Amino acid sequence: MKAKSIKVDYLARVEGEGGLYIKVKDRQVVGFKLRIFEPPRFFEAFLRGRSFREAPDITARICGICPVAYQMSAVHAMENAFDVKVDGPLRALRRLLYCGEWIESHALHIYMLHAPDFLGYADAIQMARDHGDVVQQGLSLKKAGNELVALVGGREIHPINVRVGGFYKVPGKRELAPMAEKLKRARDVALETVRWTAKLRFPEFERDYLFVAMRHPDEYPFNEGHLVSNHGLDIAARDYEKHFAEEHVEHSHALHSVLRGAGPYFVGPMARYSLNFDRLSPLAQEAARQAGLGPVCRNPFQSIIVRSVETLYACDEALRIIDEYEMPESPAVEVQPRAGSGFGWSEAPRGTLYHRYRLDDQGVILDAKIVPPTSQNQKVIEQDLREFVPERLDLPADKLRWQCEQAIRNYDPCISCSTHFLKLEIDRE
Amino acid sequence: MAKKQKPKLAVWKFASCDGCQLSLLDCEDQLLPLTERIDIANFPEASRAVVKGPYDLSLVEGSISTPHDAERIHQVRRASKFLVTIGACATAGGIQALRNFIDVKDFISIVYATPAYIDTLKKSTPIAEHIRVDFELRGCPINKEQLVEVVSAFLQGRKPNVRPHSVCMECKRRGAVCVMVAHGTPCLGPVTHAGCGALCPAYHRGCYGCFGPMETPNTREMSAAWERLGVKQKDLVQIYRSFNAYAEPFYSESRIHESKIHQG
Ligand code: SF4
Repeated sequence: MKAKSIKVDYLARVEGEGGLYIKVKDRQVVGFKLRIFEPPRFFEAFLRGRSFREAPDITARICGICPVAYQMSAVHAMENAFDVKVDGPLRALRRLLYCGEWIESHALHIYMLHAPDFLGYADAIQMARDHGDVVQQGLSLKKAGNELVALVGGREIHPINVRVGGFYKVPGKRELAPMAEKLKRARDVALETVRWTAKLRFPEFERDYLFVAMRHPDEYPFNEGHLVSNHGLDIAARDYEKHFAEEHVEHSHALHSVLRGAGPYFVGPMARYSLNFDRLSPLAQEAARQAGLGPVCRNPFQSIIVRSVETLYACDEALRIIDEYEMPESPAVEVQPRAGSGFGWSEAPRGTLYHRYRLDDQGVILDAKIVPPTSQNQKVIEQDLREFVPERLDLPADKLRWQCEQAIRNYDPCISCSTHFLKLEIDRE
Repeated sequence: MAKKQKPKLAVWKFASCDGCQLSLLDCEDQLLPLTERIDIANFPEASRAVVKGPYDLSLVEGSISTPHDAERIHQVRRASKFLVTIGACATAGGIQALRNFIDVKDFISIVYATPAYIDTLKKSTPIAEHIRVDFELRGCPINKEQLVEVVSAFLQGRKPNVRPHSVCMECKRRGAVCVMVAHGTPCLGPVTHAGCGALCPAYHRGCYGCFGPMETPNTREMSAAWERLGVKQKDLVQIYRSFNAYAEPFYSESRIHESKIHQG
């Protein structure tokens, strides 16, 4: 068979700028490039010399879709360096803020970025012409998530209320009450979302993934826990760089994260779910079962159901937190900088987000390392496509291209996040 | 009778975090009604459909930081009748303009193992340094109500009602306690462009200037007030040097304090 190529010049409905190039010969993928042309922004470099206090606000600007994740990983790393423990209602409020980001970010992906692929629309606005109620429902869910982030964080994009040690101002119990009403409605919508996504048609595609996600003794993971895998990994944040490495892979010109001795791995909702099903609330577990999901999910196209289950969990968890909340006496615990290194991670909507800082005795950052979820997933995306494409070569070119895009969107890739770390391929001809 | 064509909207991305364009999708209540009056013709983050230009209204997010983008922005200008820059990246170069203060080669080698692959300009610059811009909306991120106002004003053929005064004025209007007077918390509110609704002071925090300088700010007096609160020169450099570091008044003021450090 003749060589054939699939080209997507500008990947749509992903956050950031990227393209895809696949070359096929004799029904084999012989060339593969997930091209990233997002301009580099050098965050790790200009963090040097800045105060530890600025890290949450500066790193938030890496990504407008998941700023809370950056703020959380940053404050945890700093608190780790200074041996500060944030507990009780302050810890709960952080979790509440994170619930808001999960709801907002997952609803955006489920309804506006991913669902149109399943139903054959170019975007959610066109989808709304035939499925107006569904899109409205998605927007209402997204809005609830945004309102929660704004309530705790001050605004939905780049919240201003997060700091190392806690917050600038904490809400009183009464201020949270109206949000609980909205979240109850959102929880109903999320439940409906699980049912709705379960009815979509999924390509037959499963792989035996190496899943990596955080795990906590009694919670579904947001801010705390070890990093575990389905193959026995179980490590603390300070050991991350001993176990994971970045590799330069041919055909891709991008750095890919690998687990040393094991290779590419999968982070994000499907990994989190498959490693933590038993930590979901009873309501979320039940909804997942009814949707036909087992405790482990291996079809990346079904990640849309998994995201819905996680959204339902986040609504449920936010309601639990609000119910048990007592306003703390002080909005933050005191922080005394000291020289040393700090390691932190948290579960961003798209997967584990790792931060590491080295600081001097005044808390000035000497160097920083940030590993976002999308750069960890790139290798798995590539492997998926290498398997996915050969079996579908007889599809019309346009359809195949669209399905490849959909396979990438399974990962909700955030290219803005990954670029300050990716190498760009520059064609100089 | 021929149906009247809806005006065409395009959203463009340069170096940025996507937060400002996300603000458009965050207008959950206004989004679908808006699409009845305007055709979202090019918005890759939200749609794989692309309608050919020219576009009646272009929203441009992000700064110019690569040779390729320095060319692309001219194409965008040519394809756009009315062009609005959204956010600190597009109006001031963004946080990535911190490279403008040092040799960018040092930055590249810190982040990337093989610097040869990286094609980047020495500076990250605002869109208006490259092309004519019809309106600039500030903020990191922009305020979504202001975004809706800009788009509505465009549709109605009037000037957007976006005030150029300071955060300080918004704070007073909101009836918030002045964090500077009451708590001695350093605050950039007096020199920062309004638009956020005085968010930080309402959360008991000093403004950190994410909307950039207001029109003709008195940064000298601002710095003097901060110095009276005990803020050191090196910290003054940093406070002006964040998301709007390359906006003229903040740029010059940070330079003044930098030279003071060097004088000892
Ligand atoms: S101005 Fe701020 S929020 Fe807007 S794109 Fe730039 S970094 Fe993101």
